[in-house]
Amino acid sequence: MTTETMLSVSGLSKSFKSVKAVRDVSFAIPRGKTFGLVGESGSGKSTTARLVLRLVEPSAGKIAFRGRDLSTLSSSELRRERRHMQMIFQDPFGSLNPRMSVRDTLVEPQFVHGIGTAAEQLKTAERLLAEVSLPRAALDRYPHEFSGGQRQRIAIARALSTNPDLIVADEPVSALDVSVQAQVLNLMRDLQDRHGTTMLFISHDLRVVQFMCDEIGVMYLGEIVEQGPRDRIYNAPSHPYTKALLASVPGKGSGQRARLSGEIPSAHAVPSGCAFRTRCPHAFERCSSEKPAMREIGNGQRAACHLLDKAMAA
Amino acid sequence: MTAHSAPMPAEIVVPLAARRTVLEVENLSLSFRNADGLLPIVTDVSFSIREGEAVALVGESGCGKSITASAIMGIAPENAVIGGRIVLNGQEISALGPKDRRKLCGRHMGFIFQEPMTALHPTLSIGRQMTDTLKHNLGLSQSAATQRAAELLDRVGIPRARDILRGYVHELSGGMRQRVMIALAISCGPSLIIADEPTTALDVTIQAQVLDLLEDMRREMDLAMLFITHDLEVVGDFCDRAVVMYAGDVVERGQSADITRHPSHPYARGLIDAVPAHDDGRTRLTPILGTVPPVGQWPEGCRFAPRCGRADEKCRTRPRLETLSQTDVRCWHPLEAGA
Repeated sequence: MTTETMLSVSGLSKSFKSVKAVRDVSFAIPRGKTFGLVGESGSGKSTTARLVLRLVEPSAGKIAFRGRDLSTLSSSELRRERRHMQMIFQDPFGSLNPRMSVRDTLVEPQFVHGIGTAAEQLKTAERLLAEVSLPRAALDRYPHEFSGGQRQRIAIARALSTNPDLIVADEPVSALDVSVQAQVLNLMRDLQDRHGTTMLFISHDLRVVQFMCDEIGVMYLGEIVEQGPRDRIYNAPSHPYTKALLASVPGKGSGQRARLSGEIPSAHAVPSGCAFRTRCPHAFERCSSEKPAMREIGNGQRAACHLLDKAMAA
Repeated sequence: MTAHSAPMPAEIVVPLAARRTVLEVENLSLSFRNADGLLPIVTDVSFSIREGEAVALVGESGCGKSITASAIMGIAPENAVIGGRIVLNGQEISALGPKDRRKLCGRHMGFIFQEPMTALHPTLSIGRQMTDTLKHNLGLSQSAATQRAAELLDRVGIPRARDILRGYVHELSGGMRQRVMIALAISCGPSLIIADEPTTALDVTIQAQVLDLLEDMRREMDLAMLFITHDLEVVGDFCDRAVVMYAGDVVERGQSADITRHPSHPYARGLIDAVPAHDDGRTRLTPILGTVPPVGQWPEGCRFAPRCGRADEKCRTRPRLETLSQTDVRCWHPLEAGA
C-alpha cells in the first residue's frame, strides 16, 4: 500500500506569455503521505498546485494521478476524476459561497459527482461536520456566522465530502491566528490518518511545513532547488537557498538571522545559469554560465547546486 | 516608574534601566460609543518604553493591540472614548488638543504599518511624500529636503535613491516599500517608533532583512520602539520587553526573554505551545481551545477563563495584574516560573 504512487508529476512547466512561472518541476507522492512545497511569494508553489489539479493548463510536463495521465484526459473525463481530488484554499472567506448554507456547501460536491442518494448525502454532511468538530446546528447556518477557523473547518469538511484520494491545500492556515492554526493543523493530521488521504501541502511557513509534511520540495523562482525527506531538509539542508530560508525563521535570537541579500528576481527575467546565483553568498563563475542539474545526495535527498560538485570532487 | 530627568548621552553602553523614559502609558482604556452606550475595547493598559528599548505588544487578532497603538498615535476612531494618561518625553499628550498633539506627534513619533501600500500615498511620488513631511515638520527648504530624503533612502538600504524619489510606491516590492516606510518614520528624528506588524506581510528572508534594519536604526538613533506583533518568536529575537494582551487586557508583562521562554500566564504559555517549533518532533500541537471572545461578549472575571485548563471558581472574579518573581501577571493560578 505505502509504495503505491498517488500523484506523480514530471517536467511540469507553465509560462504565462514571457513569465516562466513554473519550470521543470518533478515530484511524486506515495498514497497517504504529505508532500510540502515551500518557498517565498513568486516561487511558483501556488501555480504548481493549480497545475496539478489542471485548474491551470500546463505548458509542458506530465501529471499522473492514480496511474492515469491527467494531461490526456478529455474535459468530461477530467471532471469525473476531479471527484478524487479536492482543494483547500488560504482564504476561508473567499472560498465558501456566502449564499450557501453549510448543508448545501457539503452536499453540493456529492450531488455534482452523483455520489449517493439525497438522504445519504445529508448523512455524509452530518458525519463530516462532526469530524471537523462543529455542532450539527451549523448545518443551517451561513459562512458569515462563523469565525475564520470554523470556516476553514467547513472548507476541510467540503474537501472531504467526495472522499477524495488527494487533497491540495494551499496555505490553509496562513490567515488564521496561531491558537486556531494549531487546531486546524491537528485536525488535518487526524483526518489524514483516519482517511489515508494523500496531500500536497503548500505553505511559506517552514514551521508549519515541518509539522505537516513527510517529504518537502523547496521552490525558488519556479523551480524545485532541493527536495527530500523532512528530517534531511531541516537537519541537513544542502542548497544555499534552503539553508538561508531555514536561518531566516525567527526564534533563534537576532544574531542568528541569516542575511540573505536582495529579493527574488522577477519571473520575467530569470537569471542565466542558476536562478539563485544573484542572491547566493557562494556564487562563482560557473553559476552564471551553467544551470546546475538536480543531483542525488543520498537518503532520498536531491539538490541542484554546483557547490555539490565541488564538494564531491574534493 | 521613576524617569531619569537629566539628559543622557546617546551611548549604547548606558544600561537600559538608567535611560530616559520616552513613552509612558498609564491605565489606558478605550471604549466605543454606540447606540447602546459604551463598548469597552481596551481596559487598563500600562507600560513604558525607554530610550533605545523595544517593547512588544503581543496578542492575537481582536486582543486590542492595534487600537492601543492608535490611541497612542492619536488616530483612534472619532467615537472612541479614551481614558488614562499617555506621556511622551515628559509631556502628557493625551491632554493636548488635536492640533498641538498632531504637531508634537509628527515631529517625535514615527509610524510603520503592516501594509505600506495603504499607508503611503499611491499617486504622490515617494520624493514628494518625504519632502512634504520634512518641510512641514523640520521647516527645511525644498532642496535641503530632497537632499535629506535621498540620504534617508540610502540609509535604509535603498539603491539608486535619487531615481526612487521620482518613483511611486506601486513600482516597489513589498520589502522596498517597507524600507520607504522606515525612511519616512525616522525622517524627522523621532524619539519613538510605533511599528504595527511591520514584517507580517513579508517573506521570511525579507522579514529578516527588515528586522535587521529596524534593529540597526534603533541602536544608531537610540529609538524607543513599540513593536506590535502576533509572533512571539519575533518578540524573543527582537524586543527587550513584552506586553501580552488578551481580550483588551494586559495579561502578562515583563522581559521578553522570560515571557517567550517560561511565561506565567496560561494564555502566553498557550501561544507558545500552539506554534510548531523546530525539531521538537511533535505529532500534535497543543491548541488553545475555542476562540477569542468578541468585544461586548467578554466573560465576567478573568476573560481567559473559559479557554483555560487551570480555571476554577476563583476565576469568576477579575484578577489584578500582580508582580510575580519575574513578570507581572493577571492570573489567579499562574504557572510556576520555569514550568
